[in-house]
Amino acid sequence: MKEEIIIAGFGGQGVLSMGKILAYSAVMQGKEVTWMPSYGPEMRGGTANVTVIISDERISSPIVHEYDTVIVLNQQSLDKFEHSVKKGGVLIYDPNGISHKPTRKDIRVYSIEATSESAKKGNTRVFNMVVLGGYLKVKPIVSLDSVDKGLRKSLPERLHHTIPANREAIRQGMELVKEEHV
Amino acid sequence: MEEVRLMKGNEVIAEAAIRCGCDGFFGYPITPQTEIIETLMELKPWETTGMVVLQAESELASINMVYGGAAAGKRVMTSSSSPGISLMCEGLSYLAGAELPCVIVNVSRGGPGLGTIQPAQSDYFQIVKGGGHGDYNMIVLAPFSVQEMNDFVELAFDLAFKYLNPVIILADGIIGQMMEKVTLKPIRPRLTDKEIEERYGSWAVTGKKNRKRNIVTSLQLEPHIQEEHNHKLQAKYREIEKNEVRYEAIGCEDADYIIVAYGSSARIGEKAMELAREEGLKVGLFRLITLFPFPHKELAELKKKVKGFLAVELSCGQMVEDVKLAVGSDIPVHHYGRMGGMIHSPNEVLDALKKTIVEK
Repeated sequence: MKEEIIIAGFGGQGVLSMGKILAYSAVMQGKEVTWMPSYGPEMRGGTANVTVIISDERISSPIVHEYDTVIVLNQQSLDKFEHSVKKGGVLIYDPNGISHKPTRKDIRVYSIEATSESAKKGNTRVFNMVVLGGYLKVKPIVSLDSVDKGLRKSLPERLHHTIPANREAIRQGMELVKEEHV
Repeated sequence: MEEVRLMKGNEVIAEAAIRCGCDGFFGYPITPQTEIIETLMELKPWETTGMVVLQAESELASINMVYGGAAAGKRVMTSSSSPGISLMCEGLSYLAGAELPCVIVNVSRGGPGLGTIQPAQSDYFQIVKGGGHGDYNMIVLAPFSVQEMNDFVELAFDLAFKYLNPVIILADGIIGQMMEKVTLKPIRPRLTDKEIEERYGSWAVTGKKNRKRNIVTSLQLEPHIQEEHNHKLQAKYREIEKNEVRYEAIGCEDADYIIVAYGSSARIGEKAMELAREEGLKVGLFRLITLFPFPHKELAELKKKVKGFLAVELSCGQMVEDVKLAVGSDIPVHHYGRMGGMIHSPNEVLDALKKTIVEK
């Protein structure tokens, strides 16, 4: 098993921490993992992305030019990474603020209304976990049990009381994600 | 106790320093390695092992604090990134001249000048060939994973004290910023003052007690004595070349073409090798772990079985000169690399290999 993922969006949307929680969950399941962030003068509102590779075997390059799964949370990221999905791969996007939808027909496209749903529930802080839930529904590469352990490892102890809310967000994401036919 | 965690390369340098009994870290922040000092400040080792962590006023101050600590026989280190390392070069030459053991970490970025904060490997000449003035060498370790960032801190200290020489860990922004699974080592206690006196009393300035006075200096105004000192240093470097060459040869046994790389380029090169093999091209990866000492003999040995070498580095071509020195001019040796913070993809590396060597 090998899964190469990029998660991209605005700084402040929790892109890097979503990648970290996914990566830690995979570590808990005994997988090999690399997590490679874009870094730079990044800030809330700028763009941020992270590449996560999960594999049963030794991982060579942490940098790849196409991905099994691309998760995009704003228009810039969709425009930039739609062409980087491997043929037959998966693209997941949040339609919030998207004016130009994905157009590729040789990939599977999913949408997830994570921004608007988490705003409705008044819990925008777990927005990224809603997206993670959607991803895990499409690609159940780690068990929810491992995600629990991953959350426990990646969140500082003072935030451990938020784990049930994170778990609920993941469950919500699993229900929200839906396949689109381009 | 051994422990598995998911950590950034930079963060693990801090953990490894504490765990291998480091006495002091002196540094000044610079991207992409600031997490090293940040993590140390968060972990507060002065409350547990007694290790000192100090943010100095500059890189010059940091490297000279390292000189002071090392002269006292302590396990001390600093870290920086390319422009900061340039500022430290005077100190590096003094440390080498005075034969002081210490560890320097360079998480390099693109230059020249202030350049960019993105990854690069364009400091090879500076780090491997000198940087400071005078005939000296540092032992240079090039980690290519977060696990090696961890393991090389202890190794660097052990080599530094074995040879009384500065050891530099040359990483880059990719290895520093990347998170991977890492197994941490159990804590090794810091040496006591008594142990330092017993082990290093012959040269360290530990406070003179019933022995001759030790003087640590790199100044010698008598040229014949300074020449003798140079001979002694050179003999030590030859000894290091004899004992400490480290490399990893992956898929080289049946290879027609060899990618030579270190650090992050070796990771990318390994993927290029995998892609090549999927296409039926027999490509191997020769990964340098020590840049000084350089595996001249081992590369020369490989030359007999292959059709050419591609040196891959995030620079305009620096390490490639040493590859050419090692294998000579009667076999194709080419270079491929992006610059200025751009990172080559495995496919770009494979294309370069085909264009420069396979299809020629």
